[in-house]
Amino acid sequence: MMKLFRMFFKIGMFTLGGGYAMVPLIEEEIVEKNHWMTEDEFLDVLAMAQSLPGPLAVNTATFVGYRLKKTKGAAICCLGTVLPSFLIILIIASLLTNVYSNPLVVKFFKGIRPAVAGLILTAVFKLKKGIDASLFSIVMVLFAIFCVAVMEWSPILVIVIAGLSGIFIYPHTKWRV
Amino acid sequence: MNIFIEIFLTFFKIGAFSFGGGYVMIPFIQREIVNIHQWLSAEEFIDVIGISQVTPGPIATNASTYVGFRVAGVLGALSGTIGVIGAAFLLALIVSHRFEKVKHLPQVKLMFKGLRPAVLGLIFSAGLSVGVATVTSMKELGIAAFSFVSIVKFKMHPILTIAIAGCAGLILF
Repeated sequence: MMKLFRMFFKIGMFTLGGGYAMVPLIEEEIVEKNHWMTEDEFLDVLAMAQSLPGPLAVNTATFVGYRLKKTKGAAICCLGTVLPSFLIILIIASLLTNVYSNPLVVKFFKGIRPAVAGLILTAVFKLKKGIDASLFSIVMVLFAIFCVAVMEWSPILVIVIAGLSGIFIYPHTKWRV
Repeated sequence: MNIFIEIFLTFFKIGAFSFGGGYVMIPFIQREIVNIHQWLSAEEFIDVIGISQVTPGPIATNASTYVGFRVAGVLGALSGTIGVIGAAFLLALIVSHRFEKVKHLPQVKLMFKGLRPAVLGLIFSAGLSVGVATVTSMKELGIAAFSFVSIVKFKMHPILTIAIAGCAGLILF
């Protein structure tokens, strides 16, 4: 149990740049080093983790933990994964409160902000690969942009409508590839 | 309502409806934190995304910890973080129980036929709104273009991109 906690703590500690970066590390520890799961089992877990809402790293860690040690294992792995980032952000947030109005810090963040806009748009580029080029997909993309940007609907409503459209409209539409 | 419960519920909701992880959560968090609750200004929210890129851990948990701390200290940070992972943890636990049955449900695949393009649209709108809020001159436009091209074309690591953009800010502004 302690070994599991330490392993996921380490993974959570050293993967910069979001949850996706953690997946290859989890795979290495679980499949290649410790042989707790086969490659196929891990891929099944990953596919399922991606189908659930929430941070991917949290889902994956919970699944892997449950496979190995049931509910206790799931809790331990989940905790190990988020504890490092929790502590680090806590430290940064408390430090930043004091220096946020420092002119150098202000300039630094002024440079970062437009870069974040570019960064978010790169995610659109990556996601594009997972979508088929059907009329249905194009309509869904435009529908989502229209609802959020023009109508100012809640993204939650858009997500629910999109999921239901996939289940009930997609199988019957001619707008497929 | 008790502030800790409010933080917890807000992030639980964010966690429960964010399919796909990572950037997908940004439009949700932005709406809840900046527009509805006004816990952070639009600028500070963008800064949190920037910070999340250079610190370990999922963006959503980082944002929840940061926002919770700013609103209500360490206990607030705890409420936010538990909230955002709560839904993910519980759902993963429930699905784990019936893994073999759920694995082959055709509805799950179909649901994603609708979800994926919609999520793409949501992220695009989020990127656009961050762009509109931050790009006020050619300098910012240059930094935004640099960040996009360096990652998509030259496969630069986002941490490096953020660091360069920050240094450019020190020189340009």
